[in-house]
Amino acid sequence: MSSYEVAIWVFMLAAFLGFELIRRVSPLLHTPLMSLTNAISAIAVVGAILITGEKEATTLTRVLGFSAVVLSTINAVSGYLITDRMLKMFKKRGPGQK
Amino acid sequence: MTESIYPALYILAAAGFILAIKWMNSPATARRGVIVGEIGMLLAVVGTLLRHEVINYEWILIAFFVGSAIGVPIAYIMPMTAVPQRTAFSHACGALASALIGTAEYYRRMPHGFVMGALVLETLLGFLTFTASMMAFGKLQEVLPQRPILYRGQNFVNLGIFSGAVALGVALIARPETTWLYPVFALLALLFGVLLIIPIGGADMPTVIALLNSYAGLSASAMGFALNNKLLIIAGALDGSSGFILAVIMCRAMNRSFSNVLFGAFGTIQTSAKQVTARPVRSASPEEAAEILDAARSVVIVPGYGMAVAQAQHKLREMYDVLMKRGVDVRFAIHPVAGRMPGHMNVLLAEADVPYDRLAEMDDINPEFPRTDVALIIGANDVVNPAARTDKTSPLAGMPILNAYEAQTIMVIKRSMNPGFAGIDNDLYYMDKTLMLFGDAKVFVSSIVKELNTAVAAR
Repeated sequence: MSSYEVAIWVFMLAAFLGFELIRRVSPLLHTPLMSLTNAISAIAVVGAILITGEKEATTLTRVLGFSAVVLSTINAVSGYLITDRMLKMFKKRGPGQK
Repeated sequence: MTESIYPALYILAAAGFILAIKWMNSPATARRGVIVGEIGMLLAVVGTLLRHEVINYEWILIAFFVGSAIGVPIAYIMPMTAVPQRTAFSHACGALASALIGTAEYYRRMPHGFVMGALVLETLLGFLTFTASMMAFGKLQEVLPQRPILYRGQNFVNLGIFSGAVALGVALIARPETTWLYPVFALLALLFGVLLIIPIGGADMPTVIALLNSYAGLSASAMGFALNNKLLIIAGALDGSSGFILAVIMCRAMNRSFSNVLFGAFGTIQTSAKQVTARPVRSASPEEAAEILDAARSVVIVPGYGMAVAQAQHKLREMYDVLMKRGVDVRFAIHPVAGRMPGHMNVLLAEADVPYDRLAEMDDINPEFPRTDVALIIGANDVVNPAARTDKTSPLAGMPILNAYEAQTIMVIKRSMNPGFAGIDNDLYYMDKTLMLFGDAKVFVSSIVKELNTAVAAR
């Protein structure tokens, strides 16, 4: 099997897994879910690091890579922190209620 | 040695992301999900830094620092009402990062065949999602007009530009050496993103935001194909399917199709206002409203975008507290497309400390409405319009609604009789059992709270 074929298999399985997992998320948490998947998609940082840290990087690729690391870091950091901030607010019964 | 570690770290990172989403299915485990997600990201970053290709660390570390310096304040300073904007902004950042990486890869390696195909897909989605998300951000932040902007032949122009971008992409896949094509391709993709959002109005934002989420994820996944990196493929696919499902849920909740949302320019079809004649409505003062609420046994509050605009959620919680203390059963009915993004109302009410078991979904609450004494509608309009059920010619026909019209008494807090976003008249306002409470939602609710408290003191 070529590596491309493997990649397509991985994509297909991951997409189905995603569908199954997300169908089960309560609508109550749709906003935090979106903010969490946003943070997860900051995984693009992997590609950005590879380009920025490369030995033969030209000025162009280094600038592009550097910007991509900055953008992904913003997403990862703010994404996880905000998700947690939101989730902290979801309480079952607040104090002072029956 | 370190070279054999990173694949293991990547696998663990992928497992972390999958668990993170799995644990989001309930508020009880969701925070644990965030932690494994963070660990996954950390493992992925450490694994990548250990790879032998990565020689130069200084720029990476500076970028981490700059990114955190921007990201942390965003996370803590941002008010909860700005969540839809923040989400759009974050889609823009993710998509742009992905497009920039694809661009760098193109100039660096000039790949051919399958890899070039993946790269074109990555950058196409990345660039168009970037500008589309910035446009959505502008509309949500109200820097740009929220009303859809339309012109003749709009769909043809859009389609033409999109086909142009795709054609150039195909040409680039066939002959990657023609470097002059690349900037033109990128520009067309950027332009298409702008044009795509111009005709979309505020009420359709939940679908559009979810769809953009999906595109940003797919772009990251395409990057995984281009770099032959399974972790990117998996994380991107999870993000892509998540956005897609949310978009489908939103579309279903409006009984519309994707193409209708993207190209239908909702809210402009109603140019021929059927009932121009002003029909009589009954209105009530805060005192009367408070009395009715006080006498009720069960109250269902239906919040909409207007509640978010007026920032009425905290006052509403006070009202909820007073009523609950006096033995009134108060619940909140949440329509899936209420607000500007999926789950928008839930977050705002949670912020105001309303316990989440008091928030009911549409299908659960609808059978309860006939037994409800008072339905209090705050800043919602189309999602309670009975025309969706009764009038086959209405643009809302077939849209699932909250059956607030079945309640014994209906109260609607509204600024004026101006029709809602879609410009569709709402028969609910003219029913005999409906009381219109005219005024700013926050001000009106706080006067109701005041009245309720004086009533308690008087007893």
